[in-house]
Amino acid sequence: MNLKLKIWRQKNANDKGKMVDYPISDVSPDMSFLEMLDVLNNQLIEKGESPVAFDHDCREGICGMCSLYINGEAHGPDRGVTTCQLHMRKFKDGDTIYIEPFRAKAFPIIKDLVVDRGAFDRIQHAGGFVSVNTSGNTQDANSIPIPKADADLAFDAATCIGCGACVATCKNSSAMLYVSAKVSQFALLPQGQVEAKDRVLNMVKQMDAEGFGNCTNTGACEVECPKGISLDNIARMNREFSKAILDGREK
Amino acid sequence: MSNTGLLKSSIGRKFAMALSALFLMIFLLQHLVINLSAIFSPDTFNELSHFMGTNPLVQFVAQPILIFAVVFHFVMGFVLEMKNRDARPVKYAKNNGAANSTWMSRNMILSGSVILAFLALHFIDFWIPEINTKYIAGDMSGLNAEGGFRYYEELLHKFHDPIRVAAYCIAFILLALHLLHGFSSAFQSMGQKNKYITALSKFGVVYSIAVPLGFVIIALVLHLAH
Repeated sequence: MNLKLKIWRQKNANDKGKMVDYPISDVSPDMSFLEMLDVLNNQLIEKGESPVAFDHDCREGICGMCSLYINGEAHGPDRGVTTCQLHMRKFKDGDTIYIEPFRAKAFPIIKDLVVDRGAFDRIQHAGGFVSVNTSGNTQDANSIPIPKADADLAFDAATCIGCGACVATCKNSSAMLYVSAKVSQFALLPQGQVEAKDRVLNMVKQMDAEGFGNCTNTGACEVECPKGISLDNIARMNREFSKAILDGREK
Repeated sequence: MSNTGLLKSSIGRKFAMALSALFLMIFLLQHLVINLSAIFSPDTFNELSHFMGTNPLVQFVAQPILIFAVVFHFVMGFVLEMKNRDARPVKYAKNNGAANSTWMSRNMILSGSVILAFLALHFIDFWIPEINTKYIAGDMSGLNAEGGFRYYEELLHKFHDPIRVAAYCIAFILLALHLLHGFSSAFQSMGQKNKYITALSKFGVVYSIAVPLGFVIIALVLHLAH
């Protein structure tokens, strides 16, 4: 396959950045998208040019590190996959492919296609945890009865890998799907109840402080999420939030 | 958390938008029912209009709440739009929104702006002359020069101009598009549980098409009645 790549190049956070054209030839349809970029980078290095910086780690679709906005969609045109699991057979010979970083004010660009998703970590620090006394006589979690349906929904929410595709694809750069998954995975379990009200208020407060936009329920996040996190989680977070407000928690 | 503090939170603002939207959707339904009576019985329309136009509860309790809800929904809508634009300062060179969301959901500000323009026309056409007649000229009788009720006659007169009828129809098509996303969106914002989602969304689609269509039919029937 021969392709025309249009890639966002930006030297550092302060650089203005621009789209640069890179023709690439002899791309195998069996390559993953990141392998295709590896080939491009090898060619750039051989020519003495600076390689394109992009995020990746496990390349197994579970770490949430790879990003990229490919042809107008987070993680490209395939569904339920991260960019490392996107294969070149999804494209046709002669295609022009736009490759851009995940864009949001809350995800500042570090270099080229690499963005700082630290805002997600700070939201998690604000309440995405359960306090456990590790004195040595900690109760075995499996000894607490949990309805199967709740356990399944909590697990579904917990499969969020925090990649940021929801923010990247949202026309408002809203982080609601991510935050709602992190709120839901605890809100559905007995272990999460003690801190439930403070958790949702603190995490939403941090989300707003990071400069993410407001959710308008377009549902784009759910479609583009590589882990299929459901919009129901956002409704659940809204319920958790109103319960906490009605309880009169001051935040 | 104070009430103003609640509006500083993104979820609080979602709730406020949804609540004002629900109120406006109920208002729209009663407005349609009254207007529909004009097709079937001008006398009923006259009596209902006179009641709505002169009843103190409607005029001094319901009307101010309605005005507040309308102003709030528009102002908050524009505030949210500006905040959301600010959340992505550099736009994508290529964005394929159609791949993952409906046109309606991505263009609420556009459909909302057309509805706002229509409301401006509605204020000039209806609300300002009504307020003028009733509270400035002080004529609460609701009667015309011949001694009959003036309401149906005025309504008929409004739909004489084909350009106004066309503008009216366009505005209501945009309202239908606005509601097709807005109805279910309001319930999602208020944290609906998924067991109600299917029935509610179906009702929402029927409401979103039937209500604007009703207004369009009234406009066309009254235009052709000339």
